[in-house]
Amino acid sequence: MSFFSGSVIRTGMRTVIVAVILFGAFTMLVPFLWMVATSLKTDQKVFTIPVTWIPDPIVWKNYLKAWEVADFDRYLFNSAFVTTSVVAISLLFNSMAGYAFAKFEFKWREPLFLLLLSTMMIPGQVTMIPVYLILKKLGFLGTYYGLILPGLASAFGIFIMRQFLQAIPKDLMEAARIDGAGEFKIFFQIVIPLCKPAISALGIFTFVGSWNDFLFPLLVVDNDSLKTLPLAIASLAAGQYVQSWPILMAAASFVTIPVIFVFFLGQRYIIEGITMTGLKG
Amino acid sequence: MLENRKGIAVTPVSISRNKALKMQRIVPWIFLAPGLIVIFVFVALPAVSGMLLSFFKYDGIKPPSFFGLKNYAFLLEDTILLKSLLVTLYYVAGTIVPTVALSLFIALLLNKAWFPLKNTVRAIYFLPTIVAMVAVAFVWKWLFNPQFGPVNEWLVSLGFKKLQFLGDPTLAMPIMIIIGIWRAIGFNMVVYLAGLQGIDRSYYEAAEIDGANSFQKFLYVTWPLLRPTTFFIVTLGVIGGFQIFDQIYIMTGGGPARATYAIVFYIYQKAFKELVFGYASALSMVLFLIILTFTLFQYKYMGRRTDY
Repeated sequence: MSFFSGSVIRTGMRTVIVAVILFGAFTMLVPFLWMVATSLKTDQKVFTIPVTWIPDPIVWKNYLKAWEVADFDRYLFNSAFVTTSVVAISLLFNSMAGYAFAKFEFKWREPLFLLLLSTMMIPGQVTMIPVYLILKKLGFLGTYYGLILPGLASAFGIFIMRQFLQAIPKDLMEAARIDGAGEFKIFFQIVIPLCKPAISALGIFTFVGSWNDFLFPLLVVDNDSLKTLPLAIASLAAGQYVQSWPILMAAASFVTIPVIFVFFLGQRYIIEGITMTGLKG
Repeated sequence: MLENRKGIAVTPVSISRNKALKMQRIVPWIFLAPGLIVIFVFVALPAVSGMLLSFFKYDGIKPPSFFGLKNYAFLLEDTILLKSLLVTLYYVAGTIVPTVALSLFIALLLNKAWFPLKNTVRAIYFLPTIVAMVAVAFVWKWLFNPQFGPVNEWLVSLGFKKLQFLGDPTLAMPIMIIIGIWRAIGFNMVVYLAGLQGIDRSYYEAAEIDGANSFQKFLYVTWPLLRPTTFFIVTLGVIGGFQIFDQIYIMTGGGPARATYAIVFYIYQKAFKELVFGYASALSMVLFLIILTFTLFQYKYMGRRTDY
């Protein structure tokens, strides 16, 4: 020990720690690397031993082919349309309700809020059968309504918005009210801008949840033209359109890339959101 | 108008004040209505009707017929239910402990101020949490392909025999567990990082004065103070673990030999493949009770969190 000064030992320790963390990070990435590597191989090169990680030749055309073997324009549109509607409208509905719970006095406010909180204990997998039967009764199976309507509000979202708004002083809204501003004007021009951090975090969570959702669309969608991307990937893998690992991997990246993109844009809000729900919740 | 009935003179001012008061009473309900209606129709109503449905026999075509407690009597004799609960429990238990250990370990190391490229590293760990399970399930399936997958090749190069992985009843669930851990580490690491940031430096300073080394500081300061965070992670992990479905649907279809026949998959099969909605609803109630128990446990604990 005496050969080394304290700083050398410290540098050595730090190098080991960084190496361990980077190795772990690399392990996390292996499936993604494998997805990209496979998606760029020829059909024959997929089945070579030893396994190759760097494709030769690199077949960019797989992505084009994946797009062509099935109606991916349509699936992408479906996913984008459903997700956008769910995110936009649920943010509106959740922040409206959260605002009411946080800033208004009304009869039954506390019991109603408790009741709402208690619905958070009911996971979607428990209610999926009755929700399916209700949608069937309403004639919404196999329609966009069926995919969108159940996602338009959530107890969790209302809860988050209410928690956030409670911390904001009432003064601004009162001042606007004295100035004669209408309730909706107050909501859209004062409350919503104040909620930007909470809305961003909730918006990203809702986006990821809706975009990736598989089980619920699996129940609602009964025809090819309404399939969202995850469903399309599942059919593709079941050999419905084509039997090819490279094409399957290329298609899988269609689902993955938008989420990764949104994640890097909104990383800060995601981290803040988790901190907010995990610790202050 | 109240004033009018009481015989008080109605002035224009009191009319407008009265109107304003009435408006004031309606406004919150206007803000509440859309959200509450959605939650009533798609959460509260289904929760109640699901419970009711569990006392009926219903195939989705003929009208439901009252079945009394028969569905619940079947539950008690259902060996597949028992199997699927055990399988799910295996998954939950198998993922939780390694997830907590690994995410805490990584959070502790990443929490160092000098760590280079912290945000990028954190983002990489977080990536598996946010991508669609459906997409990555295929990638994992292909990684574990017995003939052409890289995992078997690594095993062979290390001098082991090739394994059947998803085709082997003893290995299928461990693979699901590996995927579960891979997916959960990033999220829980972020939760732990937040927890670590919440620990007051003065605790460490006091421990240092007492001559504590790093390991003792972890054991007597960090770990006990992180208990609420750990509890949060474990509860969420258990609740999430009981809901496993996507990767089973994609990778194993519940097999081989029902080795991955988790409870949600069983409910899905009963309801949407065999169209036994009543019995499937009774199965849902079992899942609900399990999740409810853990959630209540968490709520109770969260109420006590201010102890620290």
